[in-house]
Amino acid sequence: MDAGLHHLIDAAASHGFCFATTGTQRWRRSRRKSETQTPGSETEEEEKGLIKPPSSVQIPLTNAVSIIFLSLVDQQLLEQSSVHSAQGERGEVFTEGSAEKSAEPVIVSTRSPRGLESSSGSQHFDSNVTQQLKERLRAARSKAGSLQQEESSSLESGSRLQSLRHRDTVTRFDRETDPDTAARPHRVPFDLSTRVKFRESRRQSQTEKGLPSAEEAYNFFTLNFEPDPPEQAETIGRRRQKHKNEAEDEEEPEAEEEDDAVDDNQDENPDQNEEAPLVQDEEEDLFTIQQSSQDFLEVRKAEYTGYRNLVQRERERELLFTPSVGTVPTSVKLPENMKPRYLEDEGLYVGQRPSVSQNNQNQMENRILKMEEGKKWFGDDGRILALPDPIKESSTRPPLFHMEEDLDPALQTVHRTAIKSEPAKMYMMGAADPEGDYRLDVDVSGLVFSHHPLFSREHVLAARLAQLYDQYLSRQHNNLTGHLTDKLNGLRRALRNILEIHGGQNLSPAMQQRISEYSQEVRDTRQLRDSQQEKDRVLLKNIIKAWKDMKDLREFQKFTNTPFKLYLRKENVDQASDEHDHEEEILAEVMELEVESQEEYQRRLAQYKKQLLEWKLSRKKQKSKKKKKQKKRNKGQLQEDTDEEEEDQEMDDSGEDLPKPEPPERPDLGSLEQMVREKASRIRRKPGDAILIPELSASGKITASELCPRAEVSRREEVMRRSLFVKILYNDKEVSRTDSRCLNTDFRVHFGQIFNLKILNCPHSINLQVFEESGSSCSLLAQVFVPVPDSSVLTGGVPLEEIEFSCNQRVMFDHEGVGSDVPLSFEADGGKRITLLTSGKLSCCVSWGVGEDDVPLAPPASQRHSGTHSGRLDAVSYIGASGLYDMKKIADWATQSRLDPNDPKNVSIMQLLKVASSGEVTAPDYFRLEQLQEEFNFVMDEEFRSSRRFRLLQLRNQEVAEFRNYKGVPSVEREVDDKVFQVYERRLKDGEMIHTEEHLDSHRALVAKYLQKIRDSVINRFLLAKHHFLLSDLVIEEEIPTIGILGINLFKLAEPKRPLKPQRKERKKVTAQNLSDGDIRLLVNIIRAFDVPVRRPHSNKPGPSPQGAVQGWDWFGGQVQVRPFVEVSFQRTVLQTTTADGPNPCWNEELQLPFSAPNGDYSIASLQSVKDEVFISIFDEVVYETGTSDRDGGTSVQTTAQKHWLGSVKIPFSTIYSQSRIDGTFRVNTPAVLLGYSRERSHAHSGYDVLRSLSEGTFITLFITIEPHLVPGESIREKLKEVKFDSQEDERLLQAAVKFERDATQSHPDRPCVTTVIDLNGKTVFITRYIRPLNPPQELLDASPNNPQDAAALVARFVSLIPSLPDRVSFSFACDLWSTCDQFLTLLAGDEEEHAVLLCNYFLSMGKKSWLIMGTAIPEGPTAYVLTYEQSRYLIWNPSSGQYYSQYDTFCPLQMVGCLVNPDNVWFNIQEYALPMRMSFDVTRANQWKPFFSRSFSHPGLSSVQPEELLYRRTDRTAATELQDRIEKILKEKIMEWRPRQPTRWNRHCTSTLKHFLPKLEQSGGRDVAEAHRHELQSMLGDNRISGFPLHLPFSEVRPIVEAVYSTGVHNVQSSNVEFALAVYVHPYPNNVLSVWVYLASLVRM
Amino acid sequence: MSSGNPSVFLLSVNGQIEGANFPEYDNLYCKYCYVYGHDWAPTSGLEEGITQITCKGSQASHRLIWNFPLETTFKSTNPFGWPQLVVSVYGPDVFGNDVVRGYGATHIPLTPGQHKRTIPMFVPEPTWRLQKFTSWLLGRRPEYTDPKVVAQGEGREVTRVRSQGFVTISFHIMTKDMKKLGYDTGPSSSANPHTASPGWSTEQQPNV
Repeated sequence: MDAGLHHLIDAAASHGFCFATTGTQRWRRSRRKSETQTPGSETEEEEKGLIKPPSSVQIPLTNAVSIIFLSLVDQQLLEQSSVHSAQGERGEVFTEGSAEKSAEPVIVSTRSPRGLESSSGSQHFDSNVTQQLKERLRAARSKAGSLQQEESSSLESGSRLQSLRHRDTVTRFDRETDPDTAARPHRVPFDLSTRVKFRESRRQSQTEKGLPSAEEAYNFFTLNFEPDPPEQAETIGRRRQKHKNEAEDEEEPEAEEEDDAVDDNQDENPDQNEEAPLVQDEEEDLFTIQQSSQDFLEVRKAEYTGYRNLVQRERERELLFTPSVGTVPTSVKLPENMKPRYLEDEGLYVGQRPSVSQNNQNQMENRILKMEEGKKWFGDDGRILALPDPIKESSTRPPLFHMEEDLDPALQTVHRTAIKSEPAKMYMMGAADPEGDYRLDVDVSGLVFSHHPLFSREHVLAARLAQLYDQYLSRQHNNLTGHLTDKLNGLRRALRNILEIHGGQNLSPAMQQRISEYSQEVRDTRQLRDSQQEKDRVLLKNIIKAWKDMKDLREFQKFTNTPFKLYLRKENVDQASDEHDHEEEILAEVMELEVESQEEYQRRLAQYKKQLLEWKLSRKKQKSKKKKKQKKRNKGQLQEDTDEEEEDQEMDDSGEDLPKPEPPERPDLGSLEQMVREKASRIRRKPGDAILIPELSASGKITASELCPRAEVSRREEVMRRSLFVKILYNDKEVSRTDSRCLNTDFRVHFGQIFNLKILNCPHSINLQVFEESGSSCSLLAQVFVPVPDSSVLTGGVPLEEIEFSCNQRVMFDHEGVGSDVPLSFEADGGKRITLLTSGKLSCCVSWGVGEDDVPLAPPASQRHSGTHSGRLDAVSYIGASGLYDMKKIADWATQSRLDPNDPKNVSIMQLLKVASSGEVTAPDYFRLEQLQEEFNFVMDEEFRSSRRFRLLQLRNQEVAEFRNYKGVPSVEREVDDKVFQVYERRLKDGEMIHTEEHLDSHRALVAKYLQKIRDSVINRFLLAKHHFLLSDLVIEEEIPTIGILGINLFKLAEPKRPLKPQRKERKKVTAQNLSDGDIRLLVNIIRAFDVPVRRPHSNKPGPSPQGAVQGWDWFGGQVQVRPFVEVSFQRTVLQTTTADGPNPCWNEELQLPFSAPNGDYSIASLQSVKDEVFISIFDEVVYETGTSDRDGGTSVQTTAQKHWLGSVKIPFSTIYSQSRIDGTFRVNTPAVLLGYSRERSHAHSGYDVLRSLSEGTFITLFITIEPHLVPGESIREKLKEVKFDSQEDERLLQAAVKFERDATQSHPDRPCVTTVIDLNGKTVFITRYIRPLNPPQELLDASPNNPQDAAALVARFVSLIPSLPDRVSFSFACDLWSTCDQFLTLLAGDEEEHAVLLCNYFLSMGKKSWLIMGTAIPEGPTAYVLTYEQSRYLIWNPSSGQYYSQYDTFCPLQMVGCLVNPDNVWFNIQEYALPMRMSFDVTRANQWKPFFSRSFSHPGLSSVQPEELLYRRTDRTAATELQDRIEKILKEKIMEWRPRQPTRWNRHCTSTLKHFLPKLEQSGGRDVAEAHRHELQSMLGDNRISGFPLHLPFSEVRPIVEAVYSTGVHNVQSSNVEFALAVYVHPYPNNVLSVWVYLASLVRM
Repeated sequence: MSSGNPSVFLLSVNGQIEGANFPEYDNLYCKYCYVYGHDWAPTSGLEEGITQITCKGSQASHRLIWNFPLETTFKSTNPFGWPQLVVSVYGPDVFGNDVVRGYGATHIPLTPGQHKRTIPMFVPEPTWRLQKFTSWLLGRRPEYTDPKVVAQGEGREVTRVRSQGFVTISFHIMTKDMKKLGYDTGPSSSANPHTASPGWSTEQQPNV
């Protein structure tokens, strides 16, 4: 507390230094006086105290007030000011103030700090309080002493002490802050002017009734919390020192501390509640004695800070600077002894500062103060300099009202399209002359100044001399004088000759005329010569004079600037001859002159006489009529007598006083000679004088700069600085410029540059601008316009021209340079001033360029005067646009208009005409878009055709099947193998030539050809479609989950985690492209088989029972039925299962077969066209004992295992691929009769018995899939839909069909729905048009007239006998072309749909209710079946096999029913299930079948595309027999071929038996004959072990038959004693449908 | 092979996938593969590869660095179908699903020497907005069925793509016997066809 007090005093002293000397006493007095006053009146006092201080103190006082006031806001400022101002007066203040100020805390607690004054009016200041406080002070001192000690040990003591003391203040005074905290923010802002602040603070103090704000109170206390020693006297000195230090050091920590204090203050405010009573009390109890020091002090344990922490903190303090957020006192921010100046207060406008948070501002200020020269950032008012807030609250832009309507039309935006300016291509002739590049060569050779501002006087003279000399030279060169002299001599001679010849007499008038002409000529020539001679003379004189001047000047200035030197060469002449010449000349001239003067005299005399006469006449008239005397006197004029009268009259009329004419003087011949001599002496050298020939040479020495006076040196330096360049402007655009060259001392500049300008636009002007550079400045000296050369002016043949230029710029120098446009005199007296302008000569030349091959790059001369070519005719107007293609007309026009053949514009026409005139005039009869195409062909067409390599590339590019993925086309022609084309060419040939041997039937050959054509067209479409991509082909995109899927997913969440019946999970699909050979395997899971035929006991008769396998196994269960195993072959890989036992074996084995795609191409398209099939055959393993051997005493039985074919299933790979898995039970194709085997069950049933169909045949359960899961290639199908086909259907119907299909696909994507199909012509046809009752062959109906079932079965059999399209696989379901029934029967080939349609049509005609089923079956995939309704049962017919199934047949291959079709309508299956067993076929139910034609869209009455009736050809039996023989022959050959090692013996007997038997099989349809047949065979063959079976096939070609035989493996019997039997039977049905039976048997003799 | 009459020419591609600039994404890796015509066959080196996952440094640089070497040699008889390098960049999205961040392709430079290519990358866009959302939510963005699609021009018109970022690749190309087969790709002044010995055209084979 003591320290606190101390500080208080300190502060008071600082403020109070104003009154410390003068005011304190008064202050105290007044305070005493007002002791008794109420606090209310106190404020008045206080104001008085403030307002009425002695004038001497006023300024410091107000200063103090302001400082104090500021301390409200800024504690540090206060402290600072105290530090600064308290230095001097402290001593005195303390002695008094110690007692006085010790009460300060109390007083201040109730006052604002302005309340220094208020304290002056305080009445609480009485002695007992003082007393009391003194006691406290003492206590506090003792404590402070202990604290002092701590301080010495701790660097942080100050702050710790403060925090301690701060505690005190908090406990003491903070309760008052409560009402104040809210007010503080208002008070704090700096924005308020001091005046306002002052007012406000006063109001606050009033309203608060003397309660100090927490801050104020706090300030007063904290400010003094310097760790001062309590004893003032002792510590003063020390403190001073400290202050000095702290003034610099402690600003910051203190600011922090105080800041902390403020924070604490605020924080603790809410906690003050418990102390509230204390506070309440205090107001009254403050002055009671009971208030002891412990109220001010709080005793707490000594705080200890670890050494390490201290050190660390120390370090941190060294390194880190944390700007405090505390406010900075104004005085710190201002220069020393400056008080803040508020511009606002002085009435100046100060803008509003941008708002910055106080903390940031404080931090910034603190930071800035730390910087060097930080104070410059603060303004006069002690705040950071800031511009006014730039943000305006209101928009400064005038608002735009009524956007569209009221806009001033003048302000309306008008859009104008940009106009491209066409370059004036005067020389661009267009197509006629595409490379019309013209070139102008501008040669800028050099520059000579005849005057330049930097000329010295000597230069001026030298220039004049040079000029004169040049003149002289040119005169010498022209030698005009000599010419004229010669001419004169010649003329004189001629004249003399004439005169001599004629002797001066009897001159004819013509002669006289000539003589006068000659003499005239002589006179003129002489005058000319004289003038020239005079000029020569003057020039020579001038030269000499200039030289003299120059010499004088050089003499005068004592240095030489120019190298010119003039020599005068004297050419001595022979004195005598020269004088003679001279005299002669003079004499001649005198003579001439005499003659001339004579003539002149005569002429004038004549004139005089005439005039005189006139005069006399007039006189005569005037005087009287008697003038006849006068007349007589003038006798010579007699002839004119008659005229006299008239003349007189005239005289009378004209005037009276004509002057009397003077008679002409006689020429003075003597003076003439004198004159001539004078003249001669003037213009000619004296005779005998030497001829002076001046010679100007530049050989003189220029005085070196060192020897020159300063002015000259600076001139020379100036000259060095100058440089010149020339800009070339073409059509007022700068196109080029020369290099900048220095000015030589002789003021010549050599550029020597030639610029080639490529010309596009017609040249209007060529301008050379001479620029002078002096240092960095550059000025235009002169412009030289060069004329555009004529087009005949070509580079190389043109001399350089010197073009003079001058510049009227006024230039003056203070050195020797004479300047320009400045009067200049060479006379001593300054007379004869001359003014010289900068001038010079630019030598340059402009000419047209010459191309590489000497072609002038100049525009045609005619071009620039196109107006003159008025004779030219416009082609179009002359012959008309259509005539332009007529050669003759063009030629006519060309001759008419006299085309200039050299005009590049006409080149094309001339060429055309030349071509036309050379041959007959014919325009080509073809039109070519790109005539130049040939130029770009990189090989000739023939080469292209003949090259095998190119052919190979071409074929591959066309995706011809053989070359589609051909790799590595050789790089050179010779490496192409000839064989590559063999296959392809053979195929091409095959297309035209049919192997009759293959087909055995010409009709079928034709059909095959036709099919091939269809196939090709289909392939083309297919290839087209393949290049048509859908988004799904390129981008995998997640389907948008529909509500249904979401629901299912939600449902799945509730599913048990491990369901009891686990389901197959979808495998991850693999895109096929990434695969390679060996990656794909075919998984065939063979599960079980039903009803495998069992072995029949070898013979019924027990007789000589051979030791056979059958017996060998007899012991086991009495009878060994069968030991079947399954063999799966695919792509030349054959795998087999283990052998199982019994007719219903269960293998449950998985076989993995590798798959390799053709050509290693694993693209979808390639995989889809894989034609390989998976063969699954069931064999019976039969073990025979072939013999025993007793080799080692013991007997060993040798056995051979034979496999007997029981049946097979074949599944195309494409089906597996497109369905991704095949899971089901399949009917095994078993031969109708299996020798040695029988069914277990008896076939007692007949008719449509459920059991019958159940038991019919052998079945095998399979699961086939591809590992990994390949993405099925559905895309082609989708794509084909994109390819639009033509249609003759109604557009509305088509749209409905598309919509129907789309809806169906959306609701049941897996169910096939077909409404429109494509017929053989590639047109879309509605499907119902195909269904129409059609008559089956009558034969079939006749066969069983009484039994409709049999008839139906027979019809079905007939249909199934029509072969399927051999390679339907390659287009799977996609490219379905539906043929009509008659086409089908003609072609005898088609796929399932055609079969089904035909069967359905037959059934309809037979009166059955039947439908076409579009569905999915195994193994075919999407296919078509036929549904019939008979005897209240639904039957499903497989048209390809002729089999029929009941609806509830579990082995029915039809797995899914998509839609039903009959002639009237199409129904789509919208039932839950699509398996025939689980669904209803009642199409009338609308909730199960969705009809295409409904009430809303009724059937438009579509006519059928089918013929009304089918016509059948009778079967050609002889052809059938022929075919039968050929097949038999071929097969026998083949079997022998397959058995190359063993001999193949044919058992004729057996063969014939079998042959008899086959027709029976045919008749029975392969049923119910086995037993009888077996018996027959048995009886016939006796003890031969026989195994064999008949194969039944529809006939299309021989090859499938051969393959089928091969696949049974009958030929594989190895035993030596085997015999074979082969019988073939071909049964003809109407329309060339053939049923082929092949009976194969092997007989082993036992 | 006889030195006088080569039947194939060789193209050796060295270089590296240097890095990428995908301002928005991080933790990316890159796959590359080559697409080339029928007459081309790689003779050595990896035809396709996958880089490590890289993430951006903490520095200001936004580049992802892979520095994944490419070393492949092709042989061919025909410049048709000149190899293209197809790169595709993948990385996790906010849910951690691996999604594609860009596809790009560039032809292998034709001329021998060093080249640097910056391939702009793009990804296919979902067909409509809802799909965009669901694909984002499910982390299954639309992808090309095959990255090699970006090296072919056919069928691209059906896709909509968005540009994503850049991948920088440096190549060092050498060719052999190109000139002998009549294909001149290099600068005209390079090798003299008469004196050229069988050797990589960019460097003189010593002692041959």
